[in-house]
Order: sequence, then C-alpha cells, then structure tokens
Amino acid sequence: MQNEFLENIEKDLNELKDKNLTRRSAIKKMAAGTLMAATAVSAAKNPLGDNDKARVRNLELQEYIKTNYKVMTRDEKLATVKRLEELAKLKHNVDVSISSKDAIPGVLYGYAFNIGRCGGYQDCITACQKENNLSQDSNIQYIKIFESKLGESLHLTSGNAQYQHEIPVDDHFYMGTQCFHCENPPCVKVCPTQATWKEPDGIVVVDYDWCIGCRYCEAGCPYFGRRFNWSEPVIPKEDLNTTQHYLGNRPRSKGVMEKCTFCIQRSREGKNTACVEACPTGARVFGNILDPNSEIRYVLENKTVFRLKEDLNTDPKFWYFKD
Amino acid sequence: MRDTIGRIIDFNLLALRILFVGSVQYYMWMSFLTLLIMGGLLAYAQQYDTGMAVTGMNDIVSWGLYIANFTYFVGVAASALMIVMPFYIFKEQEFRSSVLVGEAVAVAAITMCILFVTVDIGGPLRVWHLMPFVGTPNFPDSILTWDILVLNGYLMLNLGIPIYLLYKKAHGRDPVKKHYYPFVITSIFWAVSIHMVTAFLFQGIQGKPFWASALMAPKFLASAFSSGLAFILILLTIVRTLTRYEISNSALHKMAQIMTVASLVNMIMFFSEYFKEFYMFAHHSESAQYLYWGLGDHMTTLNYLAWGLKILSIVATIALTVGLFKGKFKLLIPLCGAMFISAWFDKGIAFVVPGFVPSPLGEEISYVPTLIEWGVLVGVCGIGLITLTILLRLIINIELGGVKIKEAK
Repeated sequence: MQNEFLENIEKDLNELKDKNLTRRSAIKKMAAGTLMAATAVSAAKNPLGDNDKARVRNLELQEYIKTNYKVMTRDEKLATVKRLEELAKLKHNVDVSISSKDAIPGVLYGYAFNIGRCGGYQDCITACQKENNLSQDSNIQYIKIFESKLGESLHLTSGNAQYQHEIPVDDHFYMGTQCFHCENPPCVKVCPTQATWKEPDGIVVVDYDWCIGCRYCEAGCPYFGRRFNWSEPVIPKEDLNTTQHYLGNRPRSKGVMEKCTFCIQRSREGKNTACVEACPTGARVFGNILDPNSEIRYVLENKTVFRLKEDLNTDPKFWYFKD
Repeated sequence: MRDTIGRIIDFNLLALRILFVGSVQYYMWMSFLTLLIMGGLLAYAQQYDTGMAVTGMNDIVSWGLYIANFTYFVGVAASALMIVMPFYIFKEQEFRSSVLVGEAVAVAAITMCILFVTVDIGGPLRVWHLMPFVGTPNFPDSILTWDILVLNGYLMLNLGIPIYLLYKKAHGRDPVKKHYYPFVITSIFWAVSIHMVTAFLFQGIQGKPFWASALMAPKFLASAFSSGLAFILILLTIVRTLTRYEISNSALHKMAQIMTVASLVNMIMFFSEYFKEFYMFAHHSESAQYLYWGLGDHMTTLNYLAWGLKILSIVATIALTVGLFKGKFKLLIPLCGAMFISAWFDKGIAFVVPGFVPSPLGEEISYVPTLIEWGVLVGVCGIGLITLTILLRLIINIELGGVKIKEAK
C-alpha cells in the first residue's frame, strides 16, 4: 500500500514540475505526505507491527480485568506473569523472568540491625535501588539511614537522614529503617481493596496492579515504610534487573504504592536480601526466625534487642541490637 | 404501570424545560460554572497524564488539598440534618421550605466529596476493585470501605426523597407519608454516621497522634453543623432575594441559633484539644506545635493562617451570640461567611496536613498546593455549584407551582 502512495507522490511531483498541478492532485500529495510522515513518526515511536499492537492491547485488557493476586489460583498467577513477561518483550524489547513463587512452608522472615556496626555508608540503599528496580527519576529509597550523636538518647526526631559528608563521624551512630514487615500491620488493615497483605512467610506485599493509589496505607504506617509512585518510574534498560517476582521488583507504574519486600525475588530462592549482602560492616542480619540454627534466631536469643514504637502493637519483624 | 411511566416521562420533560429555559442571568451563571469545570478538567488532565507529582504532595505529606476538602464537605453534607431533624422530629413548621434546600446542599456536597476522592487516587480506573463480588473490598477492616458505603447511601437518600416530593408536587398529588417518612428518619441517623465514619478514617490511625483522639468524631460533627448551616443560611438568603421562594425570618433566626450553639461547642472542643496538646508538651504534641507555633525558631505562614482564622471564628461566634441576644442581624451573612471560611481551613488543610508533620521518623517537610491542585479544586466546586443550581431550580420552580404538568384528560 505504501508503494502505491509513493508512486502517486512521484506522479504528482512530476505534474507539479509540468505545472500541471490541479487541486485534486495537490490534496492527494498533501494527504500522502501526511500519511508518510505519520507512518514515519509512529514507526519511530512504536516499532510494532499491526499484529503486535493488537496483541499488546489484548494482553493489557486481560491484565486490566484480572483479579487481586491475593485470591488468584496457581494457574491464574502463572498466567498473569506470563502475560507480563510477554508485554515486557513486546513493549520494551526486554527479556524478563517474573516469578510467582509462593511462600516456602515453615518460614517466617525476620531482620536484625546492629547499630553498633553501621557506619552510615548507605551501600545498602544503593544495592536496594539496583536490585529492586527503583525509579532513578524520583530517587525512591526504601531504606533510610539516620545519623545521631552518641550520648543522645535514641530517638528518631533527633536523627538526621539528610547527611552528606564523609562517614563514619566520630561520636555518632547510625540507624537504618525500612518496612518492618509487622505481624500486625496497620497498612494491611486500612487498605480498602486488600491490595496489600501479609504473606504466609511474613513478608508484607503489594499487588501493584490491584492498588488504586489512595495512599491510606502510607498514612497508616507508623514507620515510613511505604512509598508512592508520584510519577512514572524511570529505569534505563541497561540497569533493569530482569530476575523479578510479581510481588517484588517487577517494574511498577505511576499511581501505585511500593515498599521493601525483603527482596522477595531473592529470599524465596534462599538468598539474602540485597541490603544484607551489600553492607560492608555486616550490620544487617536476615533469615528465617523459625529456623533454630539461623543467625537471626541467634541474635534474637542472645542479644539485647529492641523495636521501634512498641506501644503501637504493630509487632514488627525488625529488631535493633548492639554488641 | 403505563400511567406511571407516562408520569415519569412527563416529570423528566418538565425538569428539562425548567433547566434549559431561563433568564439571561441563569444562562450566564451556568456558562460561568461550565468554564470553571472545564478549567478543572484541564488541570486534572495534566495530573492524570503526568502523575500526582504535579501536586505538592510527597511521601511524607501524602494527603493534601483534595482530602482536606473531602473531609470538610462531608461535614457540609451532614449539616442538612440540622434542618431535617427539627422539621420532621421536632415539628418545627418554619423549616418546611428550607428542608428541600438543605437536602439539595447535601447532594451537591456529597457529589463533591466523591469527586475529591476520585481525583486524589492514583488509579481512578481501578475503583471497581473496591466493589463486592468483582473486587476485593477490605470490609469491615478498612474504614474507607465503610465511608464509600455510607456516602453513597446518603447521596441516594438525599436525592431520592426530594425527587419523590417534587414528582408528586409537579403532578398536583400529595406525597404518601409512609412511602417517604422511613427514608427521612434514616437520613437523620445516616447524616451523623457519614461524618463519624469520615472522622474514624483519621481517628483510627494510632501512628498519627494528632488524629488519634477520641474527640475527632464529635468535633467533626460540631464544626459541620456550624459551618454547614452557615453556608445554608447564606444560600437561603440568596434564594429568597432572587426568587419568590419564601423562607421566613423566624426560620433563619432559629437556624442561626443552632449554628451558634454548634460553634460554641466547637470552640470548647478546641480549648480542650489545645490544653491536651500543650499542657504537658510531649513528642506526640509536635504536630500541634507545627500547626500553631512552627517547629523551628520562628512562626510560619501556616501558623499565622491557623491563628488568624481561629481567632476569626471565635470572634464570629461571640458576635453571633451577642447579635442573637440583642436581636440584631445586620452582620449575620458576613459572620456566616467567616464561619464557613474558618471551618474550611480548620477542618481541611489545618487538620490533614499537620497530622503528617513531623513524619513518623521525625522529619519535617512543607506542603504547598500547586496550581493544578487549585485548578482541580475550582473544577470540583464548579460541579458542586452546578449540581446545587440544578436541584434548587427544580425545587423552586416546582414548589412555587409556577410550572406544572397538566394532567392528561
């Protein structure tokens, strides 16, 4: 079809040369030119053929009408991750693998943070951003590191998370926060659509496709654990972590909540979270608190541990200690 | 059955005639409101396209102008109760002509509330996730699901009852008491519930000490009755000036009394709250400090606004009390305006924003609404006003009997 138009344009141009330009041929030429330009522009913007575009629309429609992941059957979960993998390929030309692995039985994840060892390096923050495909545009961070002066009683209002100097600083101590994965999570209680819930292994997760973006959970969390996508996340293709989990680090869209998921794409494969791996001083401990031989169990049983805002009865699975 | 359908069609045609035929001033007013709405749509389109980043909200202050106005206008909607209850329960006959106006205000206000929530959420096309059967509503745990139920129920009650009454009047027939009385009684209790549920949204959040106070729900009701009635009083004055619709001085007088008492109660509640926050200053008082005195070395714009409008409302309440005592009403309308504006700030921005500051981890951040937020606000107000105009026009025309459906012979 395009060749025909090109031939017509040539004919019209010749007519023009012969000064035989009629109104009809001029309109034909303009229409053809516009069509060519539009095709060129759309080809540059969206290098999909017509079949691919229809396929994308079909997949996106199926994704729109699907139900809450929390109540999906195993088959539905497999189907949705397959659709998302195909969409990633069609729309962005990336090969991703999105896991829908359920919780491992007999596992309850817990976390411990050694405030004696943290030097405030923030390697954990960077590793988390990389691992979890956090938007580079808005610089979302799940982890915050607070710097406080030794001798001051540990209280969050005296800490400073905006420090920008060489660390560690003498007579200062450092403390990190992130989602604490409460056993009695206020965010889960207030979410109107059950888009966030506690998995059997204790991880508090979000179905990014079910969240309506009301931010009630963000208002309910007493630990600043949750983040909202105020704009469309930006991750350059070369930085994309393609090993993903549906409830974890798969790319989100604007208008939905997200948070630390204890690196669900790693932890359910038996690995440590990215922050634990990245910490240069070994201040972070992660593991299965139901396993009597785990490091986290050792900390909980042998160290003096404390949690933040105990009086709120949130029962967080994130303890602080100092040895 | 066929007669009923015929009557319904006649009523709809009558309504269309009333709404689309009018004076030049009417057309100008409706055109003006349409312009406001279009401006709002333009602003919202920006927000929908780019994301909520075009607003002034952030991860710390995650609710702002939209939810503030939602909170305030639920109160305005609930205030219709203070006209409905005296008329139907206390048999206060002076309120007869004002009841329908109050219900119209309730409908317009609830419409605005639903719109404010819709423009505030990040995924408006996903609201069906809230519905039972097709979605997974978190009922009864999430107070937001309760709020959706009660708000929609209240909207239907306040739309259904006036339309039934107008429908009967337009056909020259008497309304059947046992058909609509139960709904009226329900709406009286329902009005209290919509505002308490909205207060519970905030009151239940233990992590936000500024909100987690048992006084929230009662305070909401007190300020709703004072500010909502203030608006209705202004509206009734405009209506009886511009049209032949009659509202007696006695009715306005009594409404002013109710409004003043509600405002005095609200004042007492403010003193109670202020005492609780500042007598023994603790960390959970910091949000109140942020609102009234600032967390730094000097006071902020927010503080001056908060004190200025608070003092204005106290002065207005005292002036109203004195005016009622002396029987002088010259300043009634400006004082009502003062009540409306000061409550708008006190229950809106001054309630929602300080709850978030300092953050749960002690960080301070400022929130200033952007032009887009103001634009969307203006648009939603336009929709509220157009809803109100439509309902009032129907009420006034049909009640005054000037336009009636001719019974087919």
